[in-house]
Amino acid sequence: MLLIPCPYCGPRPELEFTYAGEANISRPAEPESLSDEQWAAYLYQRTNPRGMHAERWRHVHGCGRYFNASRDTLSDQFQFSWKPGESPP
Amino acid sequence: MTGPFRTEIGGRIDRTRRIDFRFDGRLYSGHPGDNLASALLSHGVHLLGRSFKYHRPRGVLGAGSEEPNALVRVGSYESRATPNLRATQVEIHDLLVAESQNRYPSLSFDVGAINDVLSPLFPAGFYYKTFMWPAWGWRRLYEPIIRRMAGLGRAPTAPDADIYAQRYVHCDVLVVGAGPAGLAAARAAAQGGARVLLCDEQSEFGGSLLSEPDTTEAGRNRLAWRAATLATLAASDNVTLLTRSTAFGVFADNFVALVERVTDHLANPEPALPRERLWQVRARQVVLATGAIERPMVFAGNDRPGVMLAGAARTYLHRYGVRTGRRIVLATSADSAYGVAMDLHRAGLTIAAIADVRNEASGPLAAAARAAGLPLRTSTHIAATHGRLRIRGATLARNGTGAREKVACDLLLMSGGYTPTVHLYSQARGTLRFDESLGAFLPGGDTGILQVAGACRGIFATDVAIADGAEAGTVAAARTDPGGAPQPVRTISVPDSGALLAREAPCDRRAFVDFQNDVTTKDLRLAVREGFVSVEHVKRYTTAGMATDQGKTSNINALALVANERRMDMAAVGLTTFRMPYTPVTFGTLAGAARGNLFDPIRQTPIHAWAEDRGAVFEDVGMWKRARYFPAARETMAQAVARECRAVRTGAGLFDASTLGKIEVVGPDAAIFLERMYVNNFRKLAVGRARYGLMLGEDGFVLDDGVIGRLAPDRFHVTTTTGGAPRVLAMMEDYLQTEWPDLRVWLTSTTEEWAVVSIQGPRARDIIAPFVIGIDLAPQAFPHMAVAEGTILGVNLRIFRVSFTGECGFEINVPADYGSDVWHAIMQQGTVFGLTPYGTEAMHVLRAEKGYIIVGQESDGTATPDDLGLGWAIGRGKSDFVGKRSLARAAMRDPSRKQLVGLLTSNGETVLQEGAQIVTAANGNASIGHVTSAYFSTTLGRSMALAMISGGKARMGEKLLAPMLDRTHEVTVAPAMFYDPKGERLYG
Repeated sequence: MLLIPCPYCGPRPELEFTYAGEANISRPAEPESLSDEQWAAYLYQRTNPRGMHAERWRHVHGCGRYFNASRDTLSDQFQFSWKPGESPP
Repeated sequence: MTGPFRTEIGGRIDRTRRIDFRFDGRLYSGHPGDNLASALLSHGVHLLGRSFKYHRPRGVLGAGSEEPNALVRVGSYESRATPNLRATQVEIHDLLVAESQNRYPSLSFDVGAINDVLSPLFPAGFYYKTFMWPAWGWRRLYEPIIRRMAGLGRAPTAPDADIYAQRYVHCDVLVVGAGPAGLAAARAAAQGGARVLLCDEQSEFGGSLLSEPDTTEAGRNRLAWRAATLATLAASDNVTLLTRSTAFGVFADNFVALVERVTDHLANPEPALPRERLWQVRARQVVLATGAIERPMVFAGNDRPGVMLAGAARTYLHRYGVRTGRRIVLATSADSAYGVAMDLHRAGLTIAAIADVRNEASGPLAAAARAAGLPLRTSTHIAATHGRLRIRGATLARNGTGAREKVACDLLLMSGGYTPTVHLYSQARGTLRFDESLGAFLPGGDTGILQVAGACRGIFATDVAIADGAEAGTVAAARTDPGGAPQPVRTISVPDSGALLAREAPCDRRAFVDFQNDVTTKDLRLAVREGFVSVEHVKRYTTAGMATDQGKTSNINALALVANERRMDMAAVGLTTFRMPYTPVTFGTLAGAARGNLFDPIRQTPIHAWAEDRGAVFEDVGMWKRARYFPAARETMAQAVARECRAVRTGAGLFDASTLGKIEVVGPDAAIFLERMYVNNFRKLAVGRARYGLMLGEDGFVLDDGVIGRLAPDRFHVTTTTGGAPRVLAMMEDYLQTEWPDLRVWLTSTTEEWAVVSIQGPRARDIIAPFVIGIDLAPQAFPHMAVAEGTILGVNLRIFRVSFTGECGFEINVPADYGSDVWHAIMQQGTVFGLTPYGTEAMHVLRAEKGYIIVGQESDGTATPDDLGLGWAIGRGKSDFVGKRSLARAAMRDPSRKQLVGLLTSNGETVLQEGAQIVTAANGNASIGHVTSAYFSTTLGRSMALAMISGGKARMGEKLLAPMLDRTHEVTVAPAMFYDPKGERLYG
């Protein structure tokens, strides 16, 4: 079971979290102005990298907050985590 | 009576006490400290099992958890029986009943042994190649026969009567394995101030210290050192000691699972004790001191009872005081065998021959054996063994020359060198490297949070292992205090050893590599010859290493054979993946208390007890128990549902809607927020009014629905589907926290704060009006989709005028603690009006008569609002909401999409099956949709169905077909609204 660093609460076991997909994908401010292709890319296209991955987690059984974390998809090791709106350390 | 093979003195057994136990019905005796294998061996019993595939007689091979052959079933009651236990790990106690497995009618005479004669017919993968004809033969003929013939123990037929416990612990340093290295590591870590947990799978700590002679090479007394170290540990407050506890899995970030066997070794355990306890340990540092397992030699007939690992014979001698035979042949490719030979020689056993496959045997141990006059033959291998239920002799052959010699013996010991037990290290994703001089894979290094010490990293000499363990313990403790003194480092390196890996083994159908799965050298060669290149594929094709012992004694030998066959280096061949569990773990331990009613949390509404008293039949909806219907005396479900529906349509019905998800949305921007989350318009929703809300995913598909009432300009009472509440709240939180953090809105789950009593029917208003204070319920004052706050029976009330039945209805929300009282009062008041409680089944029928959808029943995650006939809910003039952009994509407006319609069967008695496919008469093979809901409607006097049909809205009146198991039914497409289409009853 992973130990996940919540930027608000500190390291907590994986059981307390839910995964929330890739980070840094903002909802377009004006979806109507996007082409179908652009909108489909926002909806469905993700980087799925081999290595470091910026992703979102929610400490659902804790503080309830969403945050960002950087995790190596090969080793499952978390590098660091940061609050929404902040830059990664 | 003490067994005739018991030594006169020595060993860790308590000779002053006798234990009687049964094996295959016969009474035997042993002593406290014995396990089943040692006790039986003390009586000269070597034959303990039959092999998996060929039913060959098998004896004890090892002395611990590596044992592949001696599997037994323990327990005289089905409810407490456990199959496939290793006799080497089963501690004996009075009342112990064990029996052998996979044999009929008896262990010494087993008709299944015919398989051994027929073994040329069963090479690797035989089931893929034969039994192909006739086509039905595999399932009905061959597989049942093969399953009966091949196999391990029989699963118990009764539910497990034992209880199992689970606990979580945190520690600074977890030390796995309490041999010399582990004990030293634990002591050093404890002295460094760390909180230490030390576990070992055996009944007492000590590991190899218990198996080897008294004095080490450096002159240290093993048992005295052990006793002193244990005394220090036991006296330390910061140390927890766990015997009989196997670390069976290492997971990410030093999360380690242990299973502690609490009562299996006791004759009369306290009833309150759990049989086993799962420890889930989060350790800041882990030291693996898991030791090493000896490798068998591979030669024809290496599996007869009486063929044993050399180190095991030494363990039985020193630890259990048991001579495993009288006249011994040793087959070896490693120096360690000479130490064993000298021990046995000193204990008075006859060493008939030592066959060393290596060209020379140098080193101090071999020299000592020579000096003692033991008959040592180099360049010699075992060509054959003799005997049936016990070995009688072995044929030795000179390498290359063919000169043969037959030697009589009753014990043949094998030593192919030691394989470090890297299972847990590998599970922790440590990298392994192949060490040629050891002929084994070794841990590549420590991972920063996990270290390896002692034999597990190739350090076999006790004195060096102790020093190595102490260093590991010191380093681990220091790492848990990063602000402390300069970090110590490990200094001891792995020495060379003289083992020769048995890479060139004879190709023979009786030269066993994997004893538990009956895989021979011939099978492995066949696999390579047939083109299996990867060791992972060879493993799966031959099943080598896939038995319950996970190849503890066989993996390296199998890899060596594959490497040799493919003319490759071992390092290039690689290693198969180690997976948890290290040894089999009971389902009981993994489940713990989560059995029966505790398997999953059960959610009950405040009205549950009343419904139970009333004889309700419940159904599971998510974790909720919901009353499905309330049968009166001798009523069938259909009769009860018909009666409940009639009551709602003609008088009134009372329904427990407490399971509805509820979210309180509060804040100055609450209306803006809801307007973005739902397709509907909320900014213009007046206080005191409610609206049907439809929520989409960003992909445009319907996700959830519910009623949303505005209680104040900045306060909304949102309801969701019963199952959808957590999902909806999570999605709302996501958007609020990450997309629109500027919105001043707060969300609170209030699902369990409110009990919801729904009263529906033409008499509903008459029944509740006398109770409701502060709200005028008259139709003009409180119309359909009105909401208000007041009191009922003196408690706070939120009342909605809403309907999921098509009748005039009210949803009465009261604080959950008062739900039962309010329900009782309304039931009592309603008696004169014929008020009838109804369940979810009647609710389903009533809403289907009106064509009201249930998200997840009519919709399946690919339905748009339009598909479901809910396009009207989308607020006009809204620039954006979640999912809006997706609705504009061409595919979402395709007229051939599946759309919600009603279906009426030609025969009104026929109720279609939910999920039935719909086809046209013109093309009976292509489904154009499916039935989502189907019921018999008492109100209509006939059946009805809802369906999602391709281009359904344009097919009104069209005749379609619904093929079902009995026959194909004709159906007519109708609007998805069967009752009161103008809504006169709803608004009345």
